[in-house]
Amino acid sequence: MITESKFQQTYNFGFIDESTKKEIRRKLLKAVAIPGYQVPYSSPEMPIARGWGTGGLHATLSLIGPEDIFKIIDQGSDASVNACNLRDFVKRMTNCRTTFDTAEATLIQTRHRKPEEILTDKQIIVFQVPQPEPLRSVERYEFKTRLMHAEADYAKMWVSLYESYVKFGAIMQGAGYPVRVNGRYIMTPSPIPRWDVPNLSMAPCLHVFSAGREKRLHCVPPFTKVEPLEFEDVKFHVEDFGAITCAASGGDKAFMDEIYESETSRKFVMNDSNFMDKVRSGTRPPQRLFTNPTV
Amino acid sequence: MGYVAIKGGEDAIANANELVEFYRIKARTKPIELAQILGQFRLLIDKIMGEGSLYAPEHAALVLKQNEGDVFESAFMLRAYRATLQRRYYSEKLATREMFVRRRISSAFREIPGGQILGPTRDYSQRLLDARLVTETMGDIDAFLGEFEAKLDRSSLHGVPTLSKVIDLLQSEGLLREVEADTNRRVVDITREAVKFPAPRSAALQMLARAETGGIMSLAYSAQRGFGSAHATVGELRVGEVPVRVRDARGRVRLIGRIRVTEAEMISKIKTQKKDPVPYLSLGYGLCFGQNETKAISMGILDRTMRSGGDAPCQTQEFVLYHTEGIESYGFTNHLKLPHYVTFQSGLNNLRQAVERKEKNRGNLGFGSKPAPQKINQPAS
Repeated sequence: MITESKFQQTYNFGFIDESTKKEIRRKLLKAVAIPGYQVPYSSPEMPIARGWGTGGLHATLSLIGPEDIFKIIDQGSDASVNACNLRDFVKRMTNCRTTFDTAEATLIQTRHRKPEEILTDKQIIVFQVPQPEPLRSVERYEFKTRLMHAEADYAKMWVSLYESYVKFGAIMQGAGYPVRVNGRYIMTPSPIPRWDVPNLSMAPCLHVFSAGREKRLHCVPPFTKVEPLEFEDVKFHVEDFGAITCAASGGDKAFMDEIYESETSRKFVMNDSNFMDKVRSGTRPPQRLFTNPTV
Repeated sequence: MGYVAIKGGEDAIANANELVEFYRIKARTKPIELAQILGQFRLLIDKIMGEGSLYAPEHAALVLKQNEGDVFESAFMLRAYRATLQRRYYSEKLATREMFVRRRISSAFREIPGGQILGPTRDYSQRLLDARLVTETMGDIDAFLGEFEAKLDRSSLHGVPTLSKVIDLLQSEGLLREVEADTNRRVVDITREAVKFPAPRSAALQMLARAETGGIMSLAYSAQRGFGSAHATVGELRVGEVPVRVRDARGRVRLIGRIRVTEAEMISKIKTQKKDPVPYLSLGYGLCFGQNETKAISMGILDRTMRSGGDAPCQTQEFVLYHTEGIESYGFTNHLKLPHYVTFQSGLNNLRQAVERKEKNRGNLGFGSKPAPQKINQPAS
C-alpha cells in the first residue's frame, strides 16, 4: 500500500517552483512598468492560509535570493505571531539570513505598516494586501472596476469621499486611504495607516503590493508620485497623536499603539518595534514626517 | 501587560503546535491507520480530494488524520501540497461515456436505455442510528462480507457494459439547445492564471469542481427557492470510474489510471426568444472527484444559472465563483483572528475627531465651520 517515500518531498529554493517564480517576476515587471495598475497573476496555493500573507509570500519568495537579508513585520512588530510563522517559513525554504533591523534588511515583508525609518534604493518592501481594489467599496463587480480603471473613471470614488465629508464633516477613511499613483491609477496602499501614506511618495525603495487571495499585484516604483485623494478645501490628514510620547522609549512623532493596562489607565508605545528599540538606544533613525494642514 | 499577548512570538507558536498535537492524541487510543480512513471514510476522502483539487486518496487520508478530521483544513493542506507538484501533462478529454458505472439514475424518465442503477446510496435509507455499530467487531465485518460475496455472480461482472447517455435521447430529437451559443470556449487553466470576469465557461467549471460543497449547495438551493429561476431536473447522474489518458512526448495517448467521479447533467428550460417561442431544454453540467452527488448536482444547477443572465446571486459569475472557493473563504474568514490594531487605531482616531467636532459644533457636524486655510501639503523631508 503506501510506501514511506511517497510522502517524502523536498522543496525548491523558495518553495515555489521555478516556472511559477518566473511568471510572478514577469508580472512584477509589468506592475513596475505601470505604477498602480493591478496585474493578475497565478497565485499558487501556499502552505499558509489565504488572507494570512500568501500574496506577500509569492512576491517575497519569487524575489528573494540566497544573499538577501529578510525582515518581516506584522502590525509594525517583528515579534507578532504571524510574522514569526512566516519568517520561519521563509527561513526554512531559503536559508536566508533574517533580521529585525530595518536598515540591514534588503527585503522587507509587511502587513499594515511601512517602517518609520527611511528605506533606501537597495531595499524592496512587500506589502500584504487583503483587497487590492480601491474601488471595491463603490463598485462590487470586478469586470466593472477594471473598466473604470481603464477609462480612469473615478467619479464614484470622489463622490464617496465627498459624501463622507457631508455626512461626517471629514473624510472618514481610516487605514488603506486611496491614493493616485503617478497621476494615473487610483490604488489602495493596503491597510497601512494614513500616517504611512505620504511616505510612499517619491521614496527611494520599490514598493510591491501583493494580494494572494484576489490574485493581483501592483507596485509603486522608486521615486514615483503618490498622492492621497483630497479636495482643494478638504485635505488629507494623518492620524493625530498630538504630544503623545512613547511610554517605553520616551520618543514622539511616530505611529503609536494604544495600550490599556487596566480599565482606567492607558498609555502609548511606538508601533514600529525596531524603530522604538533604536529610539530607546538613543539612535533615532532618519524619518520623513508629514505635517497636517491646519484646520 | 496585555500588549505582549499578541507578541507571543516564536515560543507561543511552538507551544501551540505542541498543544494541538497533545489534543490530537491525548485520549491515548490506538492510532488510526491510513488504511482505516481510506477504507471507512470513503465519502470524506472523496470530498477532500475534490475541494483539495488533487486525486490522491492516501494523501487525503493522511491530512485528515493530521488535522483531527477538520475538512476545511484538510482540503486546504491537500491543495497546498498540490501546488508544489509540477504540472507535467494535461489529460485528454475525460470520456464519461466510457465510465464503469457504479450508480446511475435519471429523474427525467421512468425507464432509460441500460436501466436505472441505484448503486451504493443512502438516498432511500431511514436515517436511524445503527446501534450495532457501537460494538462492531472484525467478526461482524467478515461475516457480512462473506455473506455478501457469496451472493455475487462473479462471471456476470465481466459483462458490465458502458452505457449511453440519457441526454442522447433529447439530443437526437433536437430538444436540447445551448444557453448561449457564443459562450467563450477558450480552455484556461485556473491554477496557472488568475480568473478574470466574465470568465470563460471552462474557468467557471474548474472553479466549481474545486468549490466547497456546502457553499455551492447553498447557492444552488437559493436558485431553486426562487432567487434566480432554475427548476432543474436530473437528466442523468452517474458515479463510477473513468480512464484518464495523457499524450506522451511522442504523441501517443497513454492510459495513466482511473479516477472515480460523479457526473450530473441537469436539464432545465431555456428562456424563449421572440423569434423562436419554443421553450427548448438546456443542460447544466457538473463533474467532481469521487462520489459527491450533492456537489455535482449543485454544480450542474449553477453552471446553468450563471449563464442565464439576471441579478440573483446564483446568476452572477463573480458572486458564485469567488464566494464558493472554500480554501480562500476559509482562509480569509479566519484571518480576522490576526491582530488588526493598526487599522483599528486609524479608524478610532477618526471616530474621536468626529466626536470632538460634534461637541464643538453642538450637533452641527462640521458644516459651516470656517474653510481650512490653504497650506502646502507635502511630506516634510
